[in-house]
Amino acid sequence: MGLFLSLLLLLLLLRFALRFGSGVFAWIEQRLPVAHFLYEHLGRYPAPKNLNYWYVFGALALLTIAMQFVTGIWLVMMYIPTAEHAFSSVQAIMREVPYGWLIRYTHATGASLLFVVLYLHVFRSLLYGSYKQPRELLWLSGVLLMFLMMAEAYTGYVLPWGQMSFWACKVILSLFSTIPWIGDDLVVWLQGDYEVSGITLHRFFAFHVLGFSLIVLAMVFLHIVLLHVAGSNNPEGVDILATKDKQGWPKDAIGYYPYFVYKYIPVVMLYLLLMVLMIFYFPTATDFIFEKENFRPADPLVTPAHIRPAWYLSPYYAVLRAVPDKSIGALLMFLAIALWAFVPWLDYSPVRSMRYRSMFARISLAAMVVAFVVLGIFGSLPVDSSNLWISRVATVVYFSYFISLPIVSRYGRDYPVPKRIR
Amino acid sequence: MVTKVKKDQQRDERKREFLRGLTTLVGCAGVAGVMTPLLSYLQPSQDTQARGMPVEIDISGIAMGEQKTVLWRQKPVWIVRRSEKMLASLFSDVDELRDPDSLEQQQPNYARNGVRSIRPDILVLLGVCTHLGCSPTYRPEPGAIDASWPGGFYCSCHGSKFDLAGRVYKNMPAPTNLMIPPHYYKNETTLVVGESSAS
Repeated sequence: MGLFLSLLLLLLLLRFALRFGSGVFAWIEQRLPVAHFLYEHLGRYPAPKNLNYWYVFGALALLTIAMQFVTGIWLVMMYIPTAEHAFSSVQAIMREVPYGWLIRYTHATGASLLFVVLYLHVFRSLLYGSYKQPRELLWLSGVLLMFLMMAEAYTGYVLPWGQMSFWACKVILSLFSTIPWIGDDLVVWLQGDYEVSGITLHRFFAFHVLGFSLIVLAMVFLHIVLLHVAGSNNPEGVDILATKDKQGWPKDAIGYYPYFVYKYIPVVMLYLLLMVLMIFYFPTATDFIFEKENFRPADPLVTPAHIRPAWYLSPYYAVLRAVPDKSIGALLMFLAIALWAFVPWLDYSPVRSMRYRSMFARISLAAMVVAFVVLGIFGSLPVDSSNLWISRVATVVYFSYFISLPIVSRYGRDYPVPKRIR
Repeated sequence: MVTKVKKDQQRDERKREFLRGLTTLVGCAGVAGVMTPLLSYLQPSQDTQARGMPVEIDISGIAMGEQKTVLWRQKPVWIVRRSEKMLASLFSDVDELRDPDSLEQQQPNYARNGVRSIRPDILVLLGVCTHLGCSPTYRPEPGAIDASWPGGFYCSCHGSKFDLAGRVYKNMPAPTNLMIPPHYYKNETTLVVGESSAS
């Protein structure tokens, strides 16, 4: 309590002290134009005036990534990345380090919430055609980020070295053995050992903490740059940059700051409230974030009855299991993510937003979403004969989205798009 | 008409300032709240605290004039059983000492006496030179370092000399007497180093 109050006092004093630092700020501004940069990219960034709450998820993702970095660094202070001590070091963080349980739960909850946010963020792009010209590269950077996030989450999940960590690591690595000719050697090369071991754990630690995380950071920066170059899309799909006033300001745009920053703040509050509720009351989310099996230290000799990846990877796992052939299953699993890269070129319609797309296009998208959710649910369940067929049907529906895209977009009758936002 | 608009604007501006100020206040509370667990996390954890707990030492086996070394909080603690002759030498070298009466707070109050210990026959010292942290060597034999050496501790890193109560001589690189850790005697044969009494 004392710490909290003294920090509060310190911050308040800082805030008032800032008033007297204006000369210093001017000196820095002349040499490093921070304020100018913020003005250009936040203050005067032309945001369409009709952006709705679907547009909040990008910023929420950035916030969550920042939280993951901070909680992650704190965890690395106490975590020991060896097969002998990984599990017990995590338990020490949970039980013996002051607020260690809070940092750990925040990191795990943050990872899950990050994927919720990211899937909603992607859905927004599909809904409003944010992947279409001239934003194709932006979309591709997003697909790459999705791959990187999954790799980051996967390598992170291995680190507690529980049963699920170990066996999920083994299963996913063995998928690489399906690659012709080099597959088996590739797996040994990735593992650093003949079977998944402490060596694998230690290098996954390096990948998770320094490898993928830094690449993600760079890609997020690039992603935002690409966005600012092309400008934001909007729910109407109207190109706001086509109609500018005499000063060159798009007529249908308003400054990002203050309007969308202030719109964003209550959403952040709600998001943090949700996160905090989860951390303090439902940290394990009844098996979805912390699988029961992972409370047992890794045992290379005993395979758990039901192996499954984290919930955000379960749609792809369902695809893998739906296919009776190992190699084709692995390929389809990869394609389930990789095909997204082609969407800007599969979709021929110049109409961006689903508001003006044909009924077929809307049904197609809805069917894909339903199939994806069904795959997600069944990917988390153990396989038996009945739900195998449901997974197979859902897989077909899911992939038919990509096949139907060129057909629906060419022959579907879209509605005329207005030139200005109403 | 114009002044009414301006007054409305000013009133609006004051409302906005109030809201901004209030939001900043709550924001500061939020930041302070987030920083509290992050900073507390860095404190020694419970297992680290456990490793720093007081150490119990059996002193019955220490021979006359022998030095026993134990580890407490990663520091060497010396326990020396001093003979009558060694104790006598403590009063003869007083003029050559920088702080003979242990006025500097390098020891708990119960060790601020002529022999710098609870029991005159048992000396408990932290074996860390007060210059730059080397561990001095126990040289009890008179004449070991130089002709007038009555017995004591010699730090070979930079030549600091301490007597058989851990008091530093004058003109040494080390500025103060060797530190005495908090300790107490549980019974005749058991010394507890790390706290001043049973808690």
